[in-house]
Amino acid sequence: MTEKKKKIVKRIIVDVDKCNGCQGCEVICSASHAVPKYSSTNPARSRIRVIRDPLSDIYVPVFAGGYMAAECAGRDQYIIDGKEYEECTFCRASCPSRDLFKEPDSGLPLKCDMCESDPDLDEPLCVQWCIADALVYEEREEEVEETEEEETLDELDEGLQALANRHGWDKLLDAVARRSQKD
Amino acid sequence: MRYAETGFNLEVDLSRGNIERVATDPRDTELHLGGLGTNAKLFWDRVGPEVGPFDDENLLIFGAGLLVGTPAPGCNRTIVSAISPQTKLFAYSMMGGFFAPELKRSGYDKVVIRGKSEKLVYLWIKDDKVELRDAEHLRGLGTMECSEVIRQELDEPNAAISSVGLAGENRVFFASIEQGRSSASRLGLGAVMGDKNLKAVVVKGSGDINIAQPQKFIEMCNDSLAYIRHRNDNPLTNVMPILAGLGSPQEMAVHDEKWHTENFVWGNARVRRKGFWTEEVASAWTETMETMRTRMLSCYNCPMKCGAAISVDTRMCSYMMKCFSKLTYTMGAFSDLEFGLRIAQKATEHGLDAFSAPQTMAYALELLEAGILKDKDFPGMPEDNEGRFYYLLDKIVKREGIGDVLADGTYWASEKIGNGAMEYAHNNIKKIEQLPLKLGMLNQIYFLMYSTGEKANITQIEGNFPQMPFPTREEREEWCADWPHVPDERFKEWFIEWEMRGENSIPNYPGIEATCEIVNWQEQMHYIDDSTGMCAGLSSFPYKPPFHIHNLPHLISAGAGLDLDEPGLVRLTRRNRNLVRANNLRRGMTRADEKPPEDHWKRRFPELEQKLLDAYYEFKGWNLDGVPTAETLRELDLDYVAEEFLERGILKENGEGASQGESGEGSAS
Repeated sequence: MTEKKKKIVKRIIVDVDKCNGCQGCEVICSASHAVPKYSSTNPARSRIRVIRDPLSDIYVPVFAGGYMAAECAGRDQYIIDGKEYEECTFCRASCPSRDLFKEPDSGLPLKCDMCESDPDLDEPLCVQWCIADALVYEEREEEVEETEEEETLDELDEGLQALANRHGWDKLLDAVARRSQKD
Repeated sequence: MRYAETGFNLEVDLSRGNIERVATDPRDTELHLGGLGTNAKLFWDRVGPEVGPFDDENLLIFGAGLLVGTPAPGCNRTIVSAISPQTKLFAYSMMGGFFAPELKRSGYDKVVIRGKSEKLVYLWIKDDKVELRDAEHLRGLGTMECSEVIRQELDEPNAAISSVGLAGENRVFFASIEQGRSSASRLGLGAVMGDKNLKAVVVKGSGDINIAQPQKFIEMCNDSLAYIRHRNDNPLTNVMPILAGLGSPQEMAVHDEKWHTENFVWGNARVRRKGFWTEEVASAWTETMETMRTRMLSCYNCPMKCGAAISVDTRMCSYMMKCFSKLTYTMGAFSDLEFGLRIAQKATEHGLDAFSAPQTMAYALELLEAGILKDKDFPGMPEDNEGRFYYLLDKIVKREGIGDVLADGTYWASEKIGNGAMEYAHNNIKKIEQLPLKLGMLNQIYFLMYSTGEKANITQIEGNFPQMPFPTREEREEWCADWPHVPDERFKEWFIEWEMRGENSIPNYPGIEATCEIVNWQEQMHYIDDSTGMCAGLSSFPYKPPFHIHNLPHLISAGAGLDLDEPGLVRLTRRNRNLVRANNLRRGMTRADEKPPEDHWKRRFPELEQKLLDAYYEFKGWNLDGVPTAETLRELDLDYVAEEFLERGILKENGEGASQGESGEGSAS
């Protein structure tokens, strides 16, 4: 017998027909994640990117999702309303096949955190800055089955895991030991 | 640390193939901000009056505005400068789009190009990796076409590309530099780029742009976005639809073209067609726009959608368009909107200024009709009107036959053709074609703007003060109740008292002093934007914009870490304005050049016009020849300009010819 439990599901609805390709979402995302906050801007550090192909009239804002150690084996092609989209156009992964969603300096994966902060924002900043309303925020209460909390990786864990996947734990631990002695 | 700017320029010598990264002096930022201000300084220092547009020594500068790449909405402008083949003066033409932010993130505030390449090349900038690459395979390709080839060969789908088409390659005097949904169109800078054998500048950057006071800066950005949202939901009343909102005139969104089609003039800036805008035309043109316009588009980090993707016989995007280019070909050819949108696609690929090109073609057909040009000058030209425009477009961009003459624009073509042709080059100021507009009564505010504006394009000179009074005092008072943008309260009084008819109407009201102040305010706002890279569409052009003289000093200070207050910014703007003018005066511009087209208004008032120009010169601290006095220059830290003016005899030590009045400009703050 499992208990039902209430959970808030946060989501951002992306209306690609309304996107005007301005990259304002990338600007505010990268600025708000800068340290100190808003001290610098750089879309390459943004956790949302607009996949653009102006001549094919493709503008798709995509949020950084999970980290993938390997790229997909095969690729699909979507044809929607006469426009051809690569499967990667819609993919949220930080993966080896592309530059997207990687810290430019370290190569570590980036992931959207829905601007979770204390106090909570009404809406993620990219949604607030999207006056074209291509991004609309929605919260929905769902009943889910009570299960054991899955282990969720925070940003540091995720970065460590990515480094370990790339270099192996042995090398990584060696490097950490070496660096920490220097400091 | 430098804030907002990178502190480096990229210097490219095409003759030697030499590329250098050069640190800039922070003092120049304090004195001139960036963009136009520092472009003008580089020209003063390095391009003497003897340098012609197609000389090796002519510089072609792509300058990012100071705040470009910061989160400030709409701060994305590239200010392109060179000596113009049309005016032979210091030219600047601006474009939005995505180029300047990429340049900043690559680590440069400007690309400064000199010399000429032996072979056709393009410049590829990716952060600190910069190279000149062969472009022979791109010769003759359209601006969009060559950009696609470049993106594919570099495997850089998001690189920003400024390129020239056939018109630039063939040094057509009104060739543009195209950049996707934006272009630096006016004054023939594409011809300079083509002359340098530079097909494109391609840029992709991944660096940070830093902000001096992040919290304060972002709050101002958030406030501006909230205000823009409010204005988008609440268009202004009392003004025509295209001026009711923010951004550039919303030509891509607004279907009602009664104002333009009936008040602007058709053909070679001649014919006013009252009653043109019938229900039938309205419905046909709306249908055309709804079918061919496939998406509204923005520039980098701007919520306004002033551009649009236009699709010609495809569901994909054929090219991108904005603003008044929607109508210039249509009206030049007395045709319909579909023709206009179709021929603009070809003209955009060739890279042509959409003001000058259709007027030059209409001018050629007028000369044919008048017998000044003959049938033999147009071998194989089709009979139908639209066919003739396609024919002339082709001849001009290839510089074939009569096209070679027309490619120099109406002024220089008339010099070559002679035989009274100059009468037909009637819509020029300083040798460049103007917006096709012919009106009845002299408007004293516009008289001064047309005469003295050195951008040579009214849309980059006019702005925040309503173009005409509203019918009732109540409406004007209501407007003024919510108008914090004015430099001071006197502007509201002038507007409230301004009537459509009678004593308090044009050309005598607003009076001369008020007219000087109104013109000066509007000009000042453009000079600020042209140095920060803020789009005029959110600041100097529309009514009641989010950015204005009272908040811009704070935005600039918080962003760039400067200590600027309002009087400081006004002073800095005066410095830039005088330095731009100094470049042109040194090149021989005189008072005689400062006049609107003869036929711009039917009713002219020579005496009043002279008084207006005298008063405005005096107000600006210039002598009666329009030259800034030595006192004015020294007060603005432009001593070096004063010394050179005295050396060259542009100014005389004893003040001969100089007005004795004091500068009134800036007294408002």
